[in-house]
Amino acid sequence: MTKNMIMGGLAVFVLAVLSPFWFNMVTTTQAAPEPELLGPAKQAKKCVLDTYDMRTSHMSLLDEWRDAVVRDADRIYVAANGHAFNMSLSTGENSCLGCHEDKAKFCDACHTYTSVDPYCWDCHTNPKEIE
Amino acid sequence: MLEIAVKGSKKYWVWIIFLLIVIGIGKLAYLDQFFNGLMITGMSRDVSWGFYIANFTFLVGVAAGGVMVVIPYYLHDYEKFHRITILGEFLAVASLVMCLLFIIVDLGQPVRMLNVLLYPSPKSMLFYDMLVLNGYLFLNIVIGWKVLEAERNQVEPPAWTKPLIYLSIPFAIGIHTVTAYLYCGLPGRGFWLTAILAPRFLASAFAAGPAFLIILCYIIRKFTKFDPGWEAMQTLSKIVCYAIIANLFFFLCEVFVVYYSNIPGHKTHLQYLLFGYHGYNALVPWMWSGFIMMGVGAVMLVIPRLRSNYVLLPVACAMIFIGAWIDKGLGMISGGFVPSPLHHVTEYAPTGQEIIITLGVYAAGFLVLTILYKLATTVKEEVNG
Amino acid sequence: MEQSRRRFLKVAGIAAIGLGAAPAINFAASDSHGPGAAAKVKNEAALHAERWGMVIDIKKIDDTLARKISMACHLHHNVPDFTHEVDTQLYPKTRPVNHKQEIKWIWKEKFHYAFPDKEDEFLNEKFHHLPFMVLCNHCKNAPCVQACPTQATFSREDGIVMMDYHRCIGCRFCMAACPYGSRSFNFRDPRPFIDETHPDFPTRSKGVVEKCNFCAERLAKGEQPHCVEASEGAIVVGDLEDPESDVRKLLKEHYTIRRKQSLGTEPSVYYIV
Repeated sequence: MTKNMIMGGLAVFVLAVLSPFWFNMVTTTQAAPEPELLGPAKQAKKCVLDTYDMRTSHMSLLDEWRDAVVRDADRIYVAANGHAFNMSLSTGENSCLGCHEDKAKFCDACHTYTSVDPYCWDCHTNPKEIE
Repeated sequence: MLEIAVKGSKKYWVWIIFLLIVIGIGKLAYLDQFFNGLMITGMSRDVSWGFYIANFTFLVGVAAGGVMVVIPYYLHDYEKFHRITILGEFLAVASLVMCLLFIIVDLGQPVRMLNVLLYPSPKSMLFYDMLVLNGYLFLNIVIGWKVLEAERNQVEPPAWTKPLIYLSIPFAIGIHTVTAYLYCGLPGRGFWLTAILAPRFLASAFAAGPAFLIILCYIIRKFTKFDPGWEAMQTLSKIVCYAIIANLFFFLCEVFVVYYSNIPGHKTHLQYLLFGYHGYNALVPWMWSGFIMMGVGAVMLVIPRLRSNYVLLPVACAMIFIGAWIDKGLGMISGGFVPSPLHHVTEYAPTGQEIIITLGVYAAGFLVLTILYKLATTVKEEVNG
Repeated sequence: MEQSRRRFLKVAGIAAIGLGAAPAINFAASDSHGPGAAAKVKNEAALHAERWGMVIDIKKIDDTLARKISMACHLHHNVPDFTHEVDTQLYPKTRPVNHKQEIKWIWKEKFHYAFPDKEDEFLNEKFHHLPFMVLCNHCKNAPCVQACPTQATFSREDGIVMMDYHRCIGCRFCMAACPYGSRSFNFRDPRPFIDETHPDFPTRSKGVVEKCNFCAERLAKGEQPHCVEASEGAIVVGDLEDPESDVRKLLKEHYTIRRKQSLGTEPSVYYIV
């Protein structure tokens, strides 16, 4: 095997590995959606976490919440700022969707953009959808 | 060493491509199950385990059966098994690959499979089953590969393989014992709730595994220039003989206890399998053919003249293998679930799609087996020729 | 393209979990979020017990009431009903149903099915017709908890045998282990068979086991379980460890039986017959 063949092969490999980037360069990419606060969430001046922590770690927070609710029977989250929240995705006013009423904007917009498909909604229901 | 696997005759490639096609079809059938759920199977609320787990249980036995060549060769220096030890170890590898695949296709949420590792549960027998199955698979891959490689290079295998080989013996017993413990530790299932279950599993394993190995020896003789040795096959057939008799004996012990004590919770299951229960009798013909096959096979192997007959030996082995499959595969699982803990009778039969997926798993196992045996026989041919 | 890329990411995500990417932050324990530390607490109105138990007075239940009890439970917990006609507009590709794969949490059985070890040739005729409500027994020594390889089924401190549907891998070992046939498996997506989805409780996804949860979500709000509310006094729940509780009083006054007591699972559901 010659040096050229090896280098050629490597080049092809690198090109192939980076194919998602090439793909995105030739196709149009939409701009990242801007999260916006609507309805009750806009009026409420209390948050579960700081915006930055929420963006980076809401999945870990939800993971902890579900363990707390299902396994330890703790259902209320008293945030660091002193406000209490119902550790629930969708039941009641004090739950995630109870305050952030628009699931499409609050959850789906970013999830779709980043191609994540969490299985929350396989079981949990959006009260707006089932009415 | 793997390069051997890509150099083969036309027949070899036809067989490989055939297996790949079966795997492909099985995979398509599985994808449908993956997206739509286990609704495509014949399983139900009452019979919550079916064909997948049945075949899993049986194949754990075939894998454990490999130890029947390892013990004589490594513990008793029985030289005649020198040539076939590797075949036993590679058969174990292929069987274990199928076992693990059967577990995966049986899961309702296969993508969460690793929860078993994330939340280890030492009280669950499934936890230990995972440990011993993966351990035994790892041991056999390492041992088989290293020993074969050494043989190819005509040197002694590295010294560190010896302790691994000795370790693999309790692991072989372990995989089938723990698999039996999955069933026999459940308070509400009278059919499985018996201490003889693990010994019975082992006995049928030590019959089915070596019986299949004998058949594989015939195939190897036909398609390669490597000869596993007639005397080794004869010794194997004696092992099969003793083991299948032990299995039948254990079964008769079970029959005695169940019928003489006459406790309904234990009796109804055997009654369903052997004679039918409240008019439900789908498995009765299967069970009787299974036991007749095992019985006739045992008799054939007991009589020296029949056992040493070159034509009859594989027939006897095939009967014992199939008989054990029916006994352990079809009967053992369904029998435990019918009737249900509430004494409702819900019968079970696998659906076509379930069978296609099962065949796909078997094809995957045979692909592994073919490649490993191709390596083993080619190396043996090189060395001996 | 969109689809396949998404699938790739899904698989990559699973691989990442496998490598041990456990959540790195504990939000309740960390005090880096301002002055006070976050905490997870129980609802003040929540009902407590050292060990929850149930007493069912079979004499007070007839077929109509039995149906009402099952319905109350199944409707509120979004338990699918496979006899329900599927909305083909919403779920166009729904395949035919195998009724043997049904799901139920609380349902009626005849005496000799609920108590197969108490079968009797000369049993009082009336027993043959009574609807025995059966459900998860929330055993003290639950075989299903022991069997579960992921602790998706576990015993809570208050004796309730709970299921974590997020964690269940669908191996169905618990179903083999349960001596009471109390568990159901989601052989398919239940949603097409839920007539009216109740917002207070999630549905389940395909591939997980489910069963009665003693209405843990109701007790947490200080409410009685659905079956108790629907039962017109025939079903009572309370603390088995508290000698003054309603259930203990009933146990003192009446002769009660439990299902398959000889197995040593210590069921927490008692029947007055």
